[in-house]
Amino acid sequence: MTGQSDFAAALLDPDRSTPAGLCGPGGAPAGARFDVYRNNVAVSLTEALETGFPTIRALVGDPFFKAMAGVHLRGFPPQSPMMMDYGQDFPAFLESFDPVAHLPYLADVARLELALRRAYHAADAIALDPAALAALPPDRLTRARLILAPAVQVLRSPYPVHAIWTAHRDPNAPKPTGGGQTVAVSRPVYDPMADPISPAQGEFLQQLGSGARLGTALDHAAQDPEFSFSTTLSLMLARGMIVSVEESPAP
Amino acid sequence: MSNTVSQLAVAGAVAAALAAYASAPAQAAGQEKCFGVSLAGENDCAAGPGTTCAGTSTVDYQGNAWKLVPAGTCTDIELPAATDGTLRHGALEALDRDLPA
Amino acid sequence: MPDMSLIPPTLPIGAGVGFKPAHFAAIDADPGAVTWLEIHAENYMGAGGRPLAQLRALAERFPISVHGVGLSIGGEGPLDRDHLDRLARLTGWLGPASFSEHLAWSSHDTGYLNDLLPLPYTTATLNRVCDHIDQVQDRLGRQMLLENPSTYLAFAESDMDEVSFLQQIARRTGCGLLLDVNNVFVSATNQATDPVAYIDAFPLHLVGEIHLGGHDADMDDGGAPLLIDSHGQPVADPVWALYAHTLRRGGPRPTLIEWDNDVPDWPELASEAARAAALLAPVLAPAQ
Repeated sequence: MTGQSDFAAALLDPDRSTPAGLCGPGGAPAGARFDVYRNNVAVSLTEALETGFPTIRALVGDPFFKAMAGVHLRGFPPQSPMMMDYGQDFPAFLESFDPVAHLPYLADVARLELALRRAYHAADAIALDPAALAALPPDRLTRARLILAPAVQVLRSPYPVHAIWTAHRDPNAPKPTGGGQTVAVSRPVYDPMADPISPAQGEFLQQLGSGARLGTALDHAAQDPEFSFSTTLSLMLARGMIVSVEESPAP
Repeated sequence: MSNTVSQLAVAGAVAAALAAYASAPAQAAGQEKCFGVSLAGENDCAAGPGTTCAGTSTVDYQGNAWKLVPAGTCTDIELPAATDGTLRHGALEALDRDLPA
Repeated sequence: MPDMSLIPPTLPIGAGVGFKPAHFAAIDADPGAVTWLEIHAENYMGAGGRPLAQLRALAERFPISVHGVGLSIGGEGPLDRDHLDRLARLTGWLGPASFSEHLAWSSHDTGYLNDLLPLPYTTATLNRVCDHIDQVQDRLGRQMLLENPSTYLAFAESDMDEVSFLQQIARRTGCGLLLDVNNVFVSATNQATDPVAYIDAFPLHLVGEIHLGGHDADMDDGGAPLLIDSHGQPVADPVWALYAHTLRRGGPRPTLIEWDNDVPDWPELASEAARAAALLAPVLAPAQ
């Protein structure tokens, strides 16, 4: 009998011998025939990581990425049959993988690529008609909550992750330099977007996302003299980040 | 409610943002590229490359077998060391509480 | 005269293709001979976005076949209830013309292995697969089609052949069958058996859909031919011949072209579908 535990273990470990009880025509040992399944698993999961993390692949180069993917997929095979979800563990893996310890920004670049993929599959939301904002008197607006689209995510990194990501799709983009970046991920219609924002803008979006009233979030953001509500709101409208204005009863 | 941010400033900011939005409505129309995100994580039922390929061997990185060095565009990127001397980790703040698990 | 179908095909008896997002605009502009489309269920289980928008648009124009690739019906463990719920949600809102899955396993305690893995054909496997198919059909509230796999090796413990195995599953569960003619050719070559004899023994009256796809050629350790179900090139000539034989014997069936790797531009895929439609036409005509 060849159980699926043995079969699965040998699939993921090329050093294990082919499970007993498998054969070719006429009872010949299965040999390379079993390798077809080994390859299907390893190659299909490697390709999933390659398409999911194209920037990481470009950063470390193809041969290195393939070898690293081989280590990752054996340690962290998918936990669901939906390949659109595969790779959630990759950023943490990159943080612990010694051969890339000198490239500490990789994990956050991978988080950005995951956030874009999540935005791509996020629930649909119809962007708020901006006229609805103008229709509210400021005192009611500041007491209201701006409900954000499901695709909206904020990534804060001590590394210039947006610049690194941009440099890999626009050859004319400036070379990444310097310190940390905060990134807003959104999905105006069907295509995810990533915009660099200030830490105060990131904080502002996070406050709105966790249900703070607009006035509260603005008070907090005003601690940064550079914060501009107008600029931030322009970006939010352009990216369809707001889906509704929720007025709660006056206290 | 709001103490430090004046109501007047809020009204002005909304007006300015709406003007900016009205002058650039094409941005919301979704003509942007997809950055290949659509290709990430597709399921299919095709088989891979057959009997011989790298999928049947692994490199043990915990032993001394791992000789590979990253050799992509990372060699072009030189970042100053973190000023506080520690590696701080980034944080992905998912605001999308409605996303399915 | 073709058999009267026990499994009334709810898909049009014509040519379909496996939908690829890259072909969305081209299909809309000129579907050619294509009268229906198949999707892989798992790619449409997200919460929203372009995949679901495209599927909604396609479903307004074409009958859709939902083809699952990740349910692991042959798995030793219990079916993944969460995944079955996701399938039920998808088939619930979409109301597809057909739902099919594979005679294979792909999940184990360690996780999802992303491949269609082989099963020993024994009474124990038969009982397990039948039990799982009963659960699927109960949960989805509809009949499913079960597809014959491409195999690269055999199990010493198998004590029945694949056709009898599938036949018994269909008899016990009431499911229909999806006959992948390329898989028949690939498996027969790999197992050194006769693909025509396989078709001749197959309960063709239970077939609700036929699959065709391209394969690659490799070799085993002893230099024997080993075909790989790669779906990365045109359907091979001997597979077209086996398909024509199948149609002559069993009558016309909805026929799908699968092309998953190195996906060509639409015209090349459409011409494969046209070739299938051309083979279907003469078999279809006298039946009408």
